[in-house]
Amino acid sequence: MQSTAHDFKDNVGTALADPNLQDSLAKLKVGFSERRRQAAERLPEFEALRDRARDIKNHALANLDFYLEEFERKVIALGGHVHWAPTADDARRIIGDLCKSVGARTVAKSKSMVAEEIALNEHLEALGIAPIETDLGEYIIQLRHEPPSHIIAPAVHLTKDQVADTFFEHHAPLGFTKRLTERNDLVAEARHVLRQKFLDADVGLTGANFLVAETGSSMLVTNEGNADLSNTLPKMHIVLASIEKVIPTLEDAAVLLRVLARSATGQESSAYTTLNTGPKREGDLDGPSAYHVVLLDNGRSSVLGTKMQDMLRCIRCGACMNHCPVYGAIGGHAYGWVYPGPIGAVLTPQLIGVEEAGDLPNASTFCGRCESVCPVRIPLPSLMRHWREREFERHLTPRAVRQGLALWSWLARRPRLYRWTTQIANRLLSTFGRAEGRYRSLPLAGGWTRFRDFPAPPAGGTFHAQWARHGGARVRP
Amino acid sequence: MSETRNPARAQILDGIRRSLRRGDLTDTARLAVEQRLAAPPRGPAVARAQLPPAEKVALFCQWAEANNATVARVAAADVPDEVSAYLARNNLPAEAAMAPSPQLERYDWANQKMLSLRRGRGEARDQVSITGAFAGIAETGTLVMTSGPDHPVSLNLLPDTHIVVLREGDIMSGYEDVWAMLRARYGKNGMPRTVNTITGPSRTGDIEQAIELGAHGPRRMHIVVVRD
Repeated sequence: MQSTAHDFKDNVGTALADPNLQDSLAKLKVGFSERRRQAAERLPEFEALRDRARDIKNHALANLDFYLEEFERKVIALGGHVHWAPTADDARRIIGDLCKSVGARTVAKSKSMVAEEIALNEHLEALGIAPIETDLGEYIIQLRHEPPSHIIAPAVHLTKDQVADTFFEHHAPLGFTKRLTERNDLVAEARHVLRQKFLDADVGLTGANFLVAETGSSMLVTNEGNADLSNTLPKMHIVLASIEKVIPTLEDAAVLLRVLARSATGQESSAYTTLNTGPKREGDLDGPSAYHVVLLDNGRSSVLGTKMQDMLRCIRCGACMNHCPVYGAIGGHAYGWVYPGPIGAVLTPQLIGVEEAGDLPNASTFCGRCESVCPVRIPLPSLMRHWREREFERHLTPRAVRQGLALWSWLARRPRLYRWTTQIANRLLSTFGRAEGRYRSLPLAGGWTRFRDFPAPPAGGTFHAQWARHGGARVRP
Repeated sequence: MSETRNPARAQILDGIRRSLRRGDLTDTARLAVEQRLAAPPRGPAVARAQLPPAEKVALFCQWAEANNATVARVAAADVPDEVSAYLARNNLPAEAAMAPSPQLERYDWANQKMLSLRRGRGEARDQVSITGAFAGIAETGTLVMTSGPDHPVSLNLLPDTHIVVLREGDIMSGYEDVWAMLRARYGKNGMPRTVNTITGPSRTGDIEQAIELGAHGPRRMHIVVVRD
């Protein structure tokens, strides 16, 4: 998809002013995050499982070439095919060719963030092949021509009424002439419409939550069962997965599944977890006759061995965005590309460039909640800080910020002057702001106060003064 | 497709090795990962499922019900009666698509005069399916289904109502015990096309995060747990 990450500040303005979005986001705080907390509390082993999940992914990444080759060997042994795609272009071409080879007119698609990353739908449409999103959330946003706003709940930005309007508009030509108002009726209508599309589809395309090297299996986790209909009814099943999805064994999958469902939705287990290994066997009464796995790199291999490698542990649960105060205020679309929230702020500059997406790692309060809930313990704030440093090094930071930082660092290297200046500033700000406790505007700080208030410092002096008064230790240089 | 001269394949694998600042794994390192594959280490055990058999069955039933399935515990002789009774209780038609499985044929379906059964895969018009299960997982109330001539995957997915017959002896503590069963049954290199692990009926939270049952798969799941 076309990125609008460079318009982040405008996107934020739009998001904050959208009442439907704000209603939907308010539900996030009592939904996913509360359910995750309860699920974690119900399982005494949860923290130990998180440590283990981190170690498994680190081990897989350190031996990624070995496990990918092992995975490939097993897929081929059971009659499947493996395709290697260094770039998004390669993956699109391979999938397009596979679809054309069976004369596909429609493709039943199960939700895949990697497919979003490579803009697969646009490519298929250009080839005259209709991709049909079958995850309910993805289906809703496909009808509305919108990108997903969350990695596991793509339509989380919409209210029930908006969904009702969308179905009324698009399903009326199919004979559904009543505007529905109840959630269960909306789900039933979508089920009915999509069921026929599953039966008619020539190709089923799914992503993969994990690839298991030991068995050559792709592993899919869903609640709706749409991925399973996609990999069972059509005559060809294509799995699109990025290379870091490979894990060694089924035992490792068991650990990751336990942290994935709980971190994502607070469920003990998702409704459907499926291992697919090759095409249908002799004597099988259903299943695809062809099974293909497309392994996408798209820049990931170059992240290995760098400070940023930790981002490749991500299992796409969405917990970081569910717990992020910034995501909670602006939703997913403002981030401007495929992956929103803290993990998006880390992945997006890597995948499409810090020039395009430099604002994203700056949109963080560094409160650390994302890291504290991440099931594979990705140090998201440190990784965001890394991008801020790259942005600064490459002179992409706005001039006012650079000059401000230069002034501050000049001052900070002169401790006596620094203390004297901050004492005066502190006293002034504290005195004049006492009544309101905040400033709506400040000279030289327009960039800040245009969007938010500046807090008046509480009485008691500067940090240095308070530190000394409370007997804080002094370190001699 | 696996030709080692495939340039795209070489590009990715060489790229990985270059980034990791090494060539192929050394012999020692390769041996270590091969051993890890041959004897997979288990993660931390989940204590709540490490139970004697009777309590394991009870835990399975408790979690299956918590995940919106219904459960009946019966003797082997009563399985067909329970299926008919369930359909009647829920005002469902007395006809079903049944997996052509030797395990299910052991029950006496012939004395269910009102129940009409079709053996085969699931079809779009089917309202009810009856299948066995390879195993149950007590930790989460999860069913494990393996595909094959005796268990078409479509039966797990297409009908509105899925009735599953599960033997108590096949209820395991966690995934790890089921993986051991899979390896024993299918061999280390012989996974069935599909292993479905299913926990309750199909559901979605995609409209305002409120859970609705019956998104694409069955709306109702009834588990008949058969006493050993």
